[in-house]
Amino acid sequence: MIEAVGLTKRYGAKTAVSNLSFQVRPGTVTGFLGPNGSGKSTTMRMILGLDQPTSGHVTIGGHPFRSLPNAPRQVGALLDAKAVHGGRSARNHLLSLAQLAGIPAARVDEVLGVVGLQDVARKRSKGFSLGMGQRLGIAAALLGDPQVLLFDEPVNGLDPEGILWVRNLMKMLASEGRTVFVSSHLMSEMALTADHLIVIGRGQLLADMNVKEFISVNSADFARVRVADGLAERREKLTASLTEAGGRVMSEPDGALRVTGLPLPRISEVAHDSDVRLWELSPHQASLEEAYMRMTQSVVDYRSTADQKAGLQPPADHGYGQPGYGASQPPVLEAPQQNWYAPPPPGQNPPAAAPAAPSTTTADLTERDTSEDAR
Amino acid sequence: MTTPPTPQAPSQRQAPAPQYSPQPAPAGAYTSPIPVRRATLADAIASEWTKIRSVRSTMWTLGVMIVLLLGIGLLATIAVNTVDSDPDPDLGSTPVLSLGFFGVLLGSICVITLGVMTIASEYSTGMIRTTLTACPSRARVLSAKAIVFFLLTFVITTVTTALVAGMHTAFIDSAAPSAGDWLRATVGVGLYIAMLGLLSLAVGALVRHSAGAITVMIGVVLLPLVLAMFMFAESLSDLRLALFQYSIPSQLSALYSTSVADSGPSGWDPLWIMLGITAAALICAFASLDRRDV
Repeated sequence: MIEAVGLTKRYGAKTAVSNLSFQVRPGTVTGFLGPNGSGKSTTMRMILGLDQPTSGHVTIGGHPFRSLPNAPRQVGALLDAKAVHGGRSARNHLLSLAQLAGIPAARVDEVLGVVGLQDVARKRSKGFSLGMGQRLGIAAALLGDPQVLLFDEPVNGLDPEGILWVRNLMKMLASEGRTVFVSSHLMSEMALTADHLIVIGRGQLLADMNVKEFISVNSADFARVRVADGLAERREKLTASLTEAGGRVMSEPDGALRVTGLPLPRISEVAHDSDVRLWELSPHQASLEEAYMRMTQSVVDYRSTADQKAGLQPPADHGYGQPGYGASQPPVLEAPQQNWYAPPPPGQNPPAAAPAAPSTTTADLTERDTSEDAR
Repeated sequence: MTTPPTPQAPSQRQAPAPQYSPQPAPAGAYTSPIPVRRATLADAIASEWTKIRSVRSTMWTLGVMIVLLLGIGLLATIAVNTVDSDPDPDLGSTPVLSLGFFGVLLGSICVITLGVMTIASEYSTGMIRTTLTACPSRARVLSAKAIVFFLLTFVITTVTTALVAGMHTAFIDSAAPSAGDWLRATVGVGLYIAMLGLLSLAVGALVRHSAGAITVMIGVVLLPLVLAMFMFAESLSDLRLALFQYSIPSQLSALYSTSVADSGPSGWDPLWIMLGITAAALICAFASLDRRDV
């Protein structure tokens, strides 16, 4: 059980983590999600007593980490796969940690076997690939057979087989009754591994809920309904009837309606009953990834922009036909980019969704880039 | 809890009786089948020994130091015997053991490097986070590092200086040194150099950067003497004399009963001076490790 209360960390003027409160319970895998620079690693370091919180506190099993009796036997952590002395062999690295924690040396060979590094145990870790480094880090975390485990981005650099292995390992560790806290910036990975999600952005809590709940709240499917053009009063009439029938209706900038809570045939019936002609009635699905992207879109710190290559392109009138590689999107493609993300979930409008939908083409481009970035 | 939660205070017992206490898990269902034993300072020392012997920089720095001490000692023997072609060579008033000084002065740079690397390499690699997760007691980690490093450098320096001193007394005709001279030129120098290394370790813990800490330490060793050499102003003559007397090379030569200045520390004095400086630096290093974010 990890419990954070009002955890805040400031580095000078920058607030890395702001008033974060959450609980991580035993017996489940808890995913810790957020974009790069959102404060995940800082929070992990504060849990382990490596960084002192500016205010608030965090405890493991009721004790701050640094006053925990037999800390290495209760808490194991993988913070950074590269945090080993490259000149030391994998076995000696683990042996020194085992000795430090008063763990029998035989355990070292056990965990080397568990992570599959027994063949390179006596090789210097300098030559390890990122995936092998992750395995070594996981071995170090498992060394004390602890009941609380923290993993910071454990699947980075692993091959698909390794990712599957980590996923199953996390689930197995949790099923043994341990507390497993895994950070990631990949929603898709967490959706498969975690039972519970804690989502942060810019150091603030965005969501703390069960994965199933998160899916049902955030990945709501919707129907797009478009009534015949130029009939504003018809649209209002349909909106009223649909709301009366139990649906939630939101309007899109181009006049289409976004309906949730009603199946498509029912929408059709309601439209028919209220004598409104439809030009479009189409189902739309939002994935969990999209829900996460929407939730964190306003709190992404490192956002890429389109590579303009300004001034580097040859003049356009040279008969090449094609516009320059980095030319901005032709205006024809302009579409309401709001539907790039799923609609805000009914009844819950997270702060991330509050800012007005981006309206200019450049903003659309940057968003597109960001979403591809995180995938 | 059956045992009081006081892991901050390192237990000083060297041979711990394994305490197999039935540690109740604080708030979860999982209990490890591996018996839980409270880690002690002895465990941390074993761990630091594993760390220091399993990296090549230890072998290199200490190897180079041994080669420097022995090689320069040999060169000094040959030089004295060749230049002084007199059938009865003697060094005048210079004690024969003081010929070991040159090798030790150069070798001290290797010890400084190793002392800094012992802790600063943990910061440069990020290993310190793993270490402090495996042992949250900063005092225990720092003590274990200091003890292992001190004993290792003390033993190697003392043995090597004893070999060099033996070589000098055997091959150079001169007045036989007294037992006190012998002790100061071997054990005294060994303690002094090992403490200089500990000072480097403390500086490494404060600076947290290998190159920076090594630069600071080389400055501490050499700069006072170099500054004093160029202090020509009359009004600065007192400072100049103090720098000459108390610079680290002068203190080291005082252990060999020779000195650049006629007054200043003599006998075992340099050891006490170095002990004070090193203790103060280690206290600062502990405070820094305890308070600052890792």
